[in-house]
Amino acid sequence: MRLIINGETREVASATLASLLEELAYDHDFLATARNGDLVIAEERPSCRLEAGDRIEILSPMQGG
Amino acid sequence: MLEFYGEPVASRFLLGTAQYPSPKILGQAVKASGAQILTVSLRRETAGSGTGGKFWDLIRELKVKVLPNTAGCHSVKEAVTTAKMARDLFGTDWIKLEVIGHHDTLQPDVFGLVEAARILSDDGFKVFPYTTEDICVGEKLLEAGCRVLMPWCAPIGSARGPVNPEALRTYRAHFSDVPLVVDAGLGRPSHATQVLELGFDAVLLNTAVARAGDPVAMASAFRLAIEAGRLAFEAKPLAPRDMAVPSTPVLGMAVFE
Repeated sequence: MRLIINGETREVASATLASLLEELAYDHDFLATARNGDLVIAEERPSCRLEAGDRIEILSPMQGG
Repeated sequence: MLEFYGEPVASRFLLGTAQYPSPKILGQAVKASGAQILTVSLRRETAGSGTGGKFWDLIRELKVKVLPNTAGCHSVKEAVTTAKMARDLFGTDWIKLEVIGHHDTLQPDVFGLVEAARILSDDGFKVFPYTTEDICVGEKLLEAGCRVLMPWCAPIGSARGPVNPEALRTYRAHFSDVPLVVDAGLGRPSHATQVLELGFDAVLLNTAVARAGDPVAMASAFRLAIEAGRLAFEAKPLAPRDMAVPSTPVLGMAVFE
């Protein structure tokens, strides 16, 4: 299935957002996620089913002013 | 004591965490500043890098409160979604709301700002809006639910200091019972002193410390300048006079002619 992840088109096998994070080797818990412009909280990632063409954002803490 | 949304604020110095030469210097600068509130942001994480986690570990070691921002957002939708992601990630309902209206000046889109502030306030956020010194916009932000206002004094990162001090003076007088933070445009400690002397409750800055030749020393300088400005405000400074007034008494002077 083809998704747009952090602005890049990727071919992935995962069916849910939680498994996508594992497939892509995101290795810590300090992440915030959104699907098609809407927040998906950590507890909802296992039940968040992905569809081809979904836009996924995976963010983490970063320096800011 | 100064409070933001009912929470006591020990330091009037809010400090940004970007652009430091190294994480170590960031940590030292924060300690030198005495700041208890640091601004942080969110960005795309590269798989397997762990970058965000390392930064977050550093911030947590400093034992401060974080104020996530929506820096770089140019639309209401972007800002609202970013704020929600920040709440999920950082576990705070505080948000420094930026809706940028112009690429070159980074001035706020005040129309989008008010709209986003209303949406987020209704959703339980405690919004710290990065705004201009326009009183009408300030009123709209209060109506939208904001209980703190953060007007700029010059464009972000410009280091110009207060370019319109009379407007800031009027702003302070108008919003006499609202916590006011000057956010953006401060370049030197004397700028911070100036706005604290005007009665602003606190300052938020980043670049002036992070890009100084010695960020740790500059953080100390700003801390002292902020304390001096606040003390001066509380001590009620003398109003300027048009003509000279002798400070040494003239009564009893000797006459030699």
